[in-house]
Amino acid sequence: MSSDIVDRITAHVPSHGGSNKKLTGVAQFWLVFRYISLFIILAMIILPIYVLVINSFKGPTVYLPDALNLPKHWTLSTWPEAWAALGVPMMRTLFFVVQSSIISAIIGSINGYVLAKWRFRGSKMVFTLFLFGMFIPYQAIMIPLVQFNRAVGLTGSIYVLVLAHVVYGIPICTLIFRNYYAAIPDEIIEAGRVDGASMVRIYRSIMLPLSIPGFVVVLIWQFTSAWNDFLFAIFLTGGSPSLAVATTALNFITGGMQINYGVNMTASFMASIPTLLVYMFLGRYFLRGLLSGSLKG
Amino acid sequence: MVLPHPIILAENGLLMRKSSVRLAAALAAVALVVTGCSSSSKTDSAAADKQLEIFTWWAAGGEKAGLDGMQAAFEAANPDTKFVNSSIAGGAGVNAKAVLVSRLEANDPPDSFQAHAGMELDGYVKSGKLEDLTSLYASEGWDKVFPADLLKTLTVDGKIYSVPVNIHRANVIWWNPAAAAKAGITAAPATLDDFFADLAKFKAAGITGLSLAGKGDWAIAHLMDWMLLASMGPDKFEGLFNGSTSWTGPEVAAALVNFQKALSYGNKDAGNLEWPDAGKLVTSGKAGFFIMGDWASAQWQSDGLVLGTDYTWAPAPGTVGIYQWLSDSFTLPIGAKDHNAALAWLKVCGSKEGQDAFNPKKGSISVRTDSDLTLYDSYLQAAAAEWKVDRLVGSTVHGVNGNNALMAAYSAAAGKYLSGGAKDNAGLAKDLAAAYEAGKA
Amino acid sequence: MSKGKSKAHGGITSRWGGFFFVLPSIIAVAIFVYGMIAWTLNISLSNKNSSAVHNPKFVGIANFTGLIHDERFTHAFGNLIKFTVVFIAGTLISGFIMALLLEKGIKGEGVFRSVYLYPMAISFIAMGTVWNWLMNSTHGEGAAGINLILAKLHLSFLQSDWYVSPKSSMYAMALPAIWQMSGYVLALFLAGFRGIPDDLREAARVDGASEAKIYRYVLFPQLSPTFLTVLIILGHISMKVFDLIIGISGKTYITDVLAVYMWQVTFDFTNYAKGAAIAMVILLMVAIVVIPYLRYVNKSEEYN
Repeated sequence: MSSDIVDRITAHVPSHGGSNKKLTGVAQFWLVFRYISLFIILAMIILPIYVLVINSFKGPTVYLPDALNLPKHWTLSTWPEAWAALGVPMMRTLFFVVQSSIISAIIGSINGYVLAKWRFRGSKMVFTLFLFGMFIPYQAIMIPLVQFNRAVGLTGSIYVLVLAHVVYGIPICTLIFRNYYAAIPDEIIEAGRVDGASMVRIYRSIMLPLSIPGFVVVLIWQFTSAWNDFLFAIFLTGGSPSLAVATTALNFITGGMQINYGVNMTASFMASIPTLLVYMFLGRYFLRGLLSGSLKG
Repeated sequence: MVLPHPIILAENGLLMRKSSVRLAAALAAVALVVTGCSSSSKTDSAAADKQLEIFTWWAAGGEKAGLDGMQAAFEAANPDTKFVNSSIAGGAGVNAKAVLVSRLEANDPPDSFQAHAGMELDGYVKSGKLEDLTSLYASEGWDKVFPADLLKTLTVDGKIYSVPVNIHRANVIWWNPAAAAKAGITAAPATLDDFFADLAKFKAAGITGLSLAGKGDWAIAHLMDWMLLASMGPDKFEGLFNGSTSWTGPEVAAALVNFQKALSYGNKDAGNLEWPDAGKLVTSGKAGFFIMGDWASAQWQSDGLVLGTDYTWAPAPGTVGIYQWLSDSFTLPIGAKDHNAALAWLKVCGSKEGQDAFNPKKGSISVRTDSDLTLYDSYLQAAAAEWKVDRLVGSTVHGVNGNNALMAAYSAAAGKYLSGGAKDNAGLAKDLAAAYEAGKA
Repeated sequence: MSKGKSKAHGGITSRWGGFFFVLPSIIAVAIFVYGMIAWTLNISLSNKNSSAVHNPKFVGIANFTGLIHDERFTHAFGNLIKFTVVFIAGTLISGFIMALLLEKGIKGEGVFRSVYLYPMAISFIAMGTVWNWLMNSTHGEGAAGINLILAKLHLSFLQSDWYVSPKSSMYAMALPAIWQMSGYVLALFLAGFRGIPDDLREAARVDGASEAKIYRYVLFPQLSPTFLTVLIILGHISMKVFDLIIGISGKTYITDVLAVYMWQVTFDFTNYAKGAAIAMVILLMVAIVVIPYLRYVNKSEEYN
């Protein structure tokens, strides 16, 4: 998909839904209908998030029959306990997630560039084999992965998670960048080559600046999936308290035999704040870039 | 709230590069050897080991508080050893077991891990993952202060592989005195007939008779386990797990009729509820009876409820004089990095001080017959008294009677039945028989 | 194929090209993806049915044939199929409707679009309790969650048992999944719509086609590649569904699916061989869905 289409997705399209034009009765009806439908969908999308958020401000006594109601007294009383459990793990998560996302993006960008523009014999095969890697169920490889980490002496370090997310992020990151670069006309590369620029130089001075939206997508994608990952986190850290991350720490609170729903809700919300913020503030860039690199037939 | 400063993270090795972590580890190892030489005279304690890593699923609440108590006891005796609690939560250790399995497979065991005492350890024992601790029982005198019935259950081919730290009781019936009064119930139901009569009274008073928790299946299996015991008696019940009682015979069929009848008095949304939710139905007077282990009492007390006023208890109907027990225990995996520290830890686990630091907070009783009862609340005191005189029978759902495979299939069978998937009682009996077979494989 | 693609080409193909820059990734994928799949396959063909087996032997496909007679497996398999059908259909339809509503552009489109994506930001480890509450099965008096909302809207007849009834359990479990993914599908379809050149629409309009006909005969056919893409993405997510089930209903028989059962078999029963066999079945199902698609993508790119 070319970038002009990407622009069109997010562009205002005045010719169809233009609000300044005088609308006929039928068109007016459809407009109202569309808005009502959109708002109903909005309500359905928001509902679970609303339940999560409001129950974080009700203090310790949160219970089911009252789950949909706004707090009678807004309080932050459950927040210190949730923070005590989640604060350090969340900082740790931020630390490793940022690293793994950046490394993933760089690797994905290089792979994507080569597979889109500097193909070698069998590069299509390589790409297809990479893609298949996106689809494996991770439970299936957990035991060998733990054994591998043990063998290379990585256990006990947060870098086990960096490694896992970088390696298993190669397929999706490569895919996004490859599709992104594929949309850039070859003439640009040709022109660079005529000027005597090397492959690396073309990448650095032409492709890299063009691929900022691709980076945004990959960074957000990897950030979210690493932040929300539970499977790798729980297995590869082996329960070590000095390696607890957001999801495993959250599981301490929500997964115990004794349940305090107030703290449970607060912690769940707290652990979701960073990714929610990312989607709130960077969502539209994400959308843009995602579409430019989506698995598109 | 103050965010942790980067330096704090750096101290944890987080901000170091991989290579520098390795280097630091190497330096630490050298330092260890050097300091180890100078203090080698102290061979009795864990001093030779810099740290102790234990693996539990106690992450929060009373369980964590109890564990902290034992930790303090350990640290007092072994001041030079750092205590590391690797814990993974997940109702009854569902996630913890998975991670543990992966670590044992990778030969990266913790120094000691938590598991239910009894057949749950079977798989670890058979695969040669655990050290024989029998000599510890003699040297620490546990063979004299632990009940003989319990020791018999712990012993596999003449050897004992774990140290139990507590005893929970599974067959307890809980109710709210106010709700019972409203329904005209004045005494605890001692027999199953009394129980069903009382359920009818609750129903007549517009109160759900029996509170059920179906989420995750095990709490329903817990109820079924009690009903089998109550209907069949302890000998026939135990026979189910040694092959002398048939799962598809008339005794089980009769028990399952009772189970079916009990379920018919249950709350409709059982499938959505975890046991604390179901417990709340009882303490808030919305439901009559609740069959649950005595950890319920600890949970409710931490919620600020008062024993005797907000809730009360009795041995579950049909099992008066029987103590259906389960126990958390600690083990010593073969290949543990800090062997001496692990032994020191196990000694604390079995000691009077350790158990009396742990159990009042955990809401369980000490395994030992010589514990200091003044530290325990009235329920636990009564439980401890009965522990000494009652017939002891293991809990199936909590690892005493069968291994992990049996437990999982047993719970699934009950969950399937609750959801209507087993069609009828004969179907359930068949599934239970299959669960028993799964445990033998 | 969207038309916008045609001007870019495959770049330069040479014997080595950028091979050495990709080599590290090739090695990593070879080890961590294919090596470990091979390891799993190897286990699945052995008799490592408990941790007591120290020297596993090759037993062929015994573990696979055993699955056919395993009632829990067929139950989980059936559940997964039900879940997949409802999840894919539901997400496709809701995402498509959302795209239709937004496709022509509307004031506030950006807000709707981004909010519709929010569910993707939150994990089911965090949303588990909320969804369990929303799908509380009590009817009538004492209803909670969605059933309560339905009662307040005077739609009590729509109240459901959600996941606690064997008939509806997997359909109910698909609901949170639809909730999470429909915004993403909306985005893909919106891209599809906006990728259709305006002249096509205009030409049809000039020919006097009604709006409905334009959609039916001009626009929808253009979306078939998008449709296929969405199908594949949702299909493979569905086959692997795990966090959602564990987060909402836990390891409960009634909502058992292959990934959860595989977890239990491997880690609770320590039956590694059988667990590996189930994993291979999941992988096979994913492969059946994905490989034809990858071939299709490869082929259609050759036309450019």
